Amino acid sequence: MGSNYTVISFRVLHPGPLALLQDAGRFGARRLGVTQGGPADLNAWAWANRLAGNAWGTPALEVTFGGLELEVARDLALAVAGADLGATLDGDPLPLWTRVTAREGQRLAFASPQAGLRAYLAVAGGFVAEPVLGSCACVVREGLGGHDGRGRPLAEGDELRAAPAEPFSASPEVPGEAQPDYRADCRLALLPGAQIADFHGGSLYAAFNASWEVDDRADRMGVRLTGPVLRCRIDSLISEGLGLGAVQVPPDGQPIVLLNDRQTIGGYPRLGALTPLAASRLAQCVPGQRVRLAAQSPERALADYRRFRRQFD
Amino acid sequence: MSERDRLPRLESAGLDGWLVRLFARIDEANLPWLAALTRRCEAAFGDTLVDLVPSYTTLLVVFDPLQLSPDKARCRLVELLTDLAPDDEQAAAGEVHELPTWYDPSVGPDLERVAAHAGLSVEQVIDCHSQGVYRVFALGFVPGFAFMGLLDERLATPRLETPRRRVPLGSVAITGRQTAAYPMQTPGGWNLLGRTSARLFDRDREGFSLLQVGDRVRFVPVDRDTLQRQGGDVTPIEEAR
Repeated sequence: MGSNYTVISFRVLHPGPLALLQDAGRFGARRLGVTQGGPADLNAWAWANRLAGNAWGTPALEVTFGGLELEVARDLALAVAGADLGATLDGDPLPLWTRVTAREGQRLAFASPQAGLRAYLAVAGGFVAEPVLGSCACVVREGLGGHDGRGRPLAEGDELRAAPAEPFSASPEVPGEAQPDYRADCRLALLPGAQIADFHGGSLYAAFNASWEVDDRADRMGVRLTGPVLRCRIDSLISEGLGLGAVQVPPDGQPIVLLNDRQTIGGYPRLGALTPLAASRLAQCVPGQRVRLAAQSPERALADYRRFRRQFD
Repeated sequence: MSERDRLPRLESAGLDGWLVRLFARIDEANLPWLAALTRRCEAAFGDTLVDLVPSYTTLLVVFDPLQLSPDKARCRLVELLTDLAPDDEQAAAGEVHELPTWYDPSVGPDLERVAAHAGLSVEQVIDCHSQGVYRVFALGFVPGFAFMGLLDERLATPRLETPRRRVPLGSVAITGRQTAAYPMQTPGGWNLLGRTSARLFDRDREGFSLLQVGDRVRFVPVDRDTLQRQGGDVTPIEEAR
């Protein structure tokens, strides 16, 4: 950022259940027990920023479930990508995955989930907040980051500040094939690893062949899956570092996929880790939705991830 | 011993990480090795390093998969491990942090439980806990929460069956052969012995966390007034679980 000059872009009329400012995440502080944070759905977050002409890493607003109502504080360009939360601009349906111009005084409202769980709002110029430990990723549990630096979700009366927009040439729409159908059953790519060899053979078969149901015990720390009981020869380990997407199996045999706000270390045996894009996809699944776990090679996962990231260079 | 049990070992931790498993058991003697590997990773990975998460027996190395493939990262780690030597200098350095602690049933409601479990008096529990010099093995759970050990075997007490919904900031606690102090109010199932005035996590301090992996820590008994004078919270814990 060349200048410290910022302007108010939105005022919060109603915060809804959970709206959090997220940059790419907080890195380099996990040895202090500080988690990664960042967008639960990296894909939608990245596209929202891309549409708004912002560089990778620019903070965008993660709106979970809906309920958020904002007043547009000045003329600006914005984009919403990710879940269909019934967003409207002055009552008219807002196109998703598309750049839109909004006028001062207009009202941007999110209703409730129609498809997916989390929508990302980016503004041309980019939201601006004071970084804490190098990042403004909002982690409520830790009281770090977000629009006020204190890890608070948006509240009524809050103002969101943005840098002035510079001219840019990004396409105003996301190609259709890059827009996931969040309602479809999905296969989540998993890189086998960790203690996978300590699971019983039948449990391994079940892990990769059963259909798993997304439980309602799901948040930014992790998502619990219910299905066949998985048995491991190990009940617990000495606590060790946990990566994004790690699939841990506590003694009840029901896997928990760890997401952005997970604890930094833990001691349950793990099957491996979802790829970053699979973790993003899971973050859009609603309770009751069915998913499958599909083993993937690191080579394939790396190629997919690099292809994904090249779109945002 | 099967191939899988041989150490050190590299385990895939996803697209952007390798878990280096150095040891099978918790031991203070692990710390200089982990310190050495941490330093080597910082030097060897440079800009491609995203994060390092040391814990009791392992180091999780997180790298940028756009710059470095998991394969290349693995090769780099294998090289670092071939002639790894313990960093005794770094492990021996570092001050002993003294955490002023008020041991009292009003803020340490499990003193009696621990005493009963150990077959000791409450005074003996306090003496025993405050005489140890503990090492920080890992940080986790919440920012600045240091898992320290090893506690005198006599004090090893299992976790509470029902965790407390709110453990106040500054609570000093034990479970098994570990001890810790809570940097913020959280739920928790450890046995509470007292309260410290030490500021364990401070976003305005250089380094943020008072305690880092490898540090040495003592709990120094103080009375209620001293704790309060030092800014500690002397409010009795509410026992609504």
